[in-house]
Amino acid sequence: MSNRPKPIRSPQKRIMTLLLLAVLVFLYIDSVVHTEADFVELWESLPNMGPLFSEFWPPDLTYFQTILDPMLETVRMAIVGTTFGALLAIPIILLASRNVTQNATLVMLARSILNVVRTLPELLMASIFVAVFGLGPFAGMLALTIFSFGIIAKLCYESVETIDPGPLEAMNAVGANKLQFIGYAVVPQSLPSFVAYVLYTFEVCVRASSILGYVGAGGIGIVLKTNLDNYRYENVMSIIVFTLIIVVVIDWISSTIREKLL
Amino acid sequence: MSKKATLAPEKTFWQKSRLYVLIILLGALYVWSFEGLQFDLAKSLDSLDEAGRIVAGVFQPNIPFLFEEEGVLEKMRESLYIALLGTTIAAIIAVPFGFLAARNMSKKLRFVSTVGKRILNVIRTLPELIVAILFIVVVGPSPFAGVLAIGFHSIGMIGKLYSEAIENMEEGTQEALVAVGANRLQTLWFAVIPQVLPEFLSYALYKFEINVRAAAVLGMVGAGGIGTPLLFSLMGHTWENVGSILLVLVPTVILIDFISGSIRKRLV
Repeated sequence: MSNRPKPIRSPQKRIMTLLLLAVLVFLYIDSVVHTEADFVELWESLPNMGPLFSEFWPPDLTYFQTILDPMLETVRMAIVGTTFGALLAIPIILLASRNVTQNATLVMLARSILNVVRTLPELLMASIFVAVFGLGPFAGMLALTIFSFGIIAKLCYESVETIDPGPLEAMNAVGANKLQFIGYAVVPQSLPSFVAYVLYTFEVCVRASSILGYVGAGGIGIVLKTNLDNYRYENVMSIIVFTLIIVVVIDWISSTIREKLL
Repeated sequence: MSKKATLAPEKTFWQKSRLYVLIILLGALYVWSFEGLQFDLAKSLDSLDEAGRIVAGVFQPNIPFLFEEEGVLEKMRESLYIALLGTTIAAIIAVPFGFLAARNMSKKLRFVSTVGKRILNVIRTLPELIVAILFIVVVGPSPFAGVLAIGFHSIGMIGKLYSEAIENMEEGTQEALVAVGANRLQTLWFAVIPQVLPEFLSYALYKFEINVRAAAVLGMVGAGGIGTPLLFSLMGHTWENVGSILLVLVPTVILIDFISGSIRKRLV
């Protein structure tokens, strides 16, 4: 009847908002205390960073040759790990997509497995595999397999669910069996995005792979840890610079291919 | 004339040979990769005992370890706080970067947004744990190093998402404000901010979900949180302690994903 400008907020809603704010403020204060966050000290210690970083600089370029082998091992681990992860992901992608698997319980089950797998940190898996299979790249490769499996499966089932339903209905209408249904209606539509996601995951895995050696699972991480423990900061810098170069080059190659695919 | 179903056009010689070259290259890449990863099957059969002990330990979690001082629950809280503070810092610092990198914010000066995008890319490139190691060298091995690492690393991704949100914004409101004679700051405040704020919040929450996972491993390089006891239990092969950490970590991460996901759905 009247043109009220704004509905008056109910007192309950206001209390809720205030309560939420109070909780947030408490969380922030508590977190600053618990994490020993001291921004004043950080600000004051910033000038000291100069001399510290001068120890890092210049990176020792001749050291690149020494670390070439572990670096290549890092890339190898990522390639093999991502490949196995992608292969393992295929069945679970199909099971987790609602438009491929009609059985709701199966879909739920597949997604729950994925959710749990994705919460396991790659360093944790790497150390477990190190405990079982011993130090070395094989443990890292297995950790990356599970790690990439989780990412690829998650990204892909979401994209499979958005494919055009037309061909799926057509295959059902002509009485195709499940295998034909997948082969002729699902795969052709989702293959490009599958490959793109695998490549993207490969980029992520190269980064993850560079640190797995920290727990003894092969690659450049072992060398990084040794140098850090011995305060050889100029070597640490060379390793970081080299890692950056490798990551940038691989990102560039992979994203060029991905752009062509999609 | 019989009617034939139209087939895909015959591939030209060049297309075919390009495909073959690609397959050969890929094959060579795999041979090279597998060659480097030698694996001793006989040796790994011996280690099946250890695998059994791991499974047995993980599924019999050490419950008292949860509630101890410096125990799992306390350290998990520390991890969550690292993620919370780090993400908040990044979400704030990323705002100017997001505007810098958005193409429609600097129409006359193309290079500005290119520079902004480059900066964000460089920040994103450095692996999180390596950033953490650098900050440990600066501020010492503490949870604060973890906060700084997450805060720094997340600027890259949050800033990129922000800039995309700004680029996808509707231009109408902005033009309307310019038409009534608003200055740049007023347009920003009344037209741009109200439009992009929900998306900004949603992206920050999304990155928070990712950072909770990241904060769980930071401790393994010495940057605080649940990763520290995790590393000790892994190195000491006390698998029942690993079990109790997983008992807390896995549900926490799933719960946070769920809560944050439902808030994000309401925001956008």
